Amino acid sequence: MVRQKGIISRRYRDLIAERAVLIPAILVSVILIAMVIVFLDKASPIFITQPITTLLFSSSWHPLSGQFGFFPFISGTVWVTLLAMGITIPISILSAVYLAEYAHRRVRGVAQPLIDLLAGIPSVVFGLFGILLIVPLIKEQIAPLAGVNSSGYCVLAGGLVLAIMVFPIVISISYEVIRAVPTEMREAALALGATRWETVKFVVLRKALTGIIAAIILGFSRAFGETMAVLMVVGNVPIVPQSVFDPAYPIPALIANNYGEMMSIPAYDSALMFAALILFVIVVAFNILARIVLVRVYRKGV
Amino acid sequence: MDATESVAPEIRVRDLHVILEKREILKGISVEIPKNRITAIIGPSGCGKSTLLRCINRMIDLVEGASVTGEVLIGNVDALSPGIELTELRRRVGMISQTPNPLPMSIFDNIAFGPRIHGERDSKTLDATVSRCLKTVGLWNEVHERLYDPAAKLSIGQQQRLCLARALAMEPEVLLCDEITSALDPISAKHIESELLAIKNEYTIIFVTHILRQARRIADHVIFLYLGELVESGPAAEIFSSPKDPRTKEYLEGVFG
Ligand SMILES: Nc1ncnc2c1ncn2[C@@H]1O[C@H](COP(=O)(O)OP(=O)(O)OP(=O)(O)O)[C@@H](O)[C@H]1O
Ligand SMILES: [Mg+2]
Repeated sequence: MVRQKGIISRRYRDLIAERAVLIPAILVSVILIAMVIVFLDKASPIFITQPITTLLFSSSWHPLSGQFGFFPFISGTVWVTLLAMGITIPISILSAVYLAEYAHRRVRGVAQPLIDLLAGIPSVVFGLFGILLIVPLIKEQIAPLAGVNSSGYCVLAGGLVLAIMVFPIVISISYEVIRAVPTEMREAALALGATRWETVKFVVLRKALTGIIAAIILGFSRAFGETMAVLMVVGNVPIVPQSVFDPAYPIPALIANNYGEMMSIPAYDSALMFAALILFVIVVAFNILARIVLVRVYRKGV
Repeated sequence: MDATESVAPEIRVRDLHVILEKREILKGISVEIPKNRITAIIGPSGCGKSTLLRCINRMIDLVEGASVTGEVLIGNVDALSPGIELTELRRRVGMISQTPNPLPMSIFDNIAFGPRIHGERDSKTLDATVSRCLKTVGLWNEVHERLYDPAAKLSIGQQQRLCLARALAMEPEVLLCDEITSALDPISAKHIESELLAIKNEYTIIFVTHILRQARRIADHVIFLYLGELVESGPAAEIFSSPKDPRTKEYLEGVFG
């Protein structure tokens, strides 16, 4: 009798727990849907003035005459983020591999707190660092070397600053993931006569791949929306950049620079809402894409 | 197996000392291991059996600050000489460990891993090697339809046979087996035993075990280690029937299990 009662109450508790863990998931979904609805609602006036294809693919940005072509901003966002990814991914993975597989214990002991520290620095500080060091460096050294003229406030500066900001997250997560690869697996490869690098390349990184991809997703979900530091060094000119030395105007910068100031211009308000919606869609699309990659990798049984 | 005496030794260990963290783990081991026979290393836990094995393929190098002196001659090459090519040494000396450790890749790739890193690119040769090795360990019928599935999906017993096949794929001369059946069910353990018996004419097998009955079943030659010292070694029949040293006798009688 007592035992029976015990079982029921445990089953009941299990049921409650099962429901309880659902709550956060539902909450998150509700918030996401609410955001889309609010942005759609607030942005709707802009759809009346121009068709959506024009909004997305036109490059003419003349708010005063009611022309809102978002293409410069979309391409600015994509340029800066892709450049930052291109810089961050190889460097972060190599750093994480070095720290986890090669570095002496003492090096590790110094590097780890430094990386954590880097992750905690506010983005304005990175922005200032960009203005003080990266922008002049590009203007005076790198651009002349490439044979072009640049103010230094450009896609490259934005990408570099962003990359520096994303490093710590990607490195520290990748590091943990690599450390979690069982020693036996490394020994298996070494005992088969693999060199250390072959072991890292074919076994450790393979095993750690899903985790590293997750680290990159996390890093760049932040990067897409990172506003302050990028805004400070990227130039903020609404043109479609033709090279990394051209200025750009990413979407977060557009919103941050103009919200609350340009409200006298009709439809500007809803144009900015539409910008937010685009950013939102880009981030969601990136995440979905990354998930698909993850599932693919996972299926391979790594 | 009186043939033991007549075979040329494949491995000669001379005055092998190993110091780990200031403790002398192996205290001057000298022993000869016959070619193409199964040599069992027995002895109580912590006596240095695994350490001895790890000197033979130099996995001991992974232990920071390990001091290893002496000679481990395989054929006429000293495995301990600093100039030796470790990748080639480990190709010649395969190792299978206590717990199955498949690599994070498919069954096929696990077996092809060794040949590939040692430069084999021809896919026909690799196909042939994979099927030959899987057949040798009796795994072919069980897995030939899912060669490209992740190796981690195999049962533990199958994984261990896969690890054996993986070592065989490099065409080694020596196989180091460190308690390779201890994580397996009795049936899988028997499988492994009979496979070792089937291939022993082509490989010099060194087999660490805690199970004396297992040593009796498969060993031609026995080495008894105790607290880092070699107490006795010789043909299995002799050691098991008339051990010379009282410590061997006590161990065989189960005084210190
Ligand atoms: N990495 C290491 N650092 C320091 N000491 C170690 C290390 N590895 C092993 N030892 C010590 O060396 C001794 C021998 O270890 P070894 O693993 O060779 O024993 P074993 O005979 O294989 O034991 P078992 O039968 O339990 O596997 C033990 O006392 C152990 O504590
Ligand atoms: Mg051991």
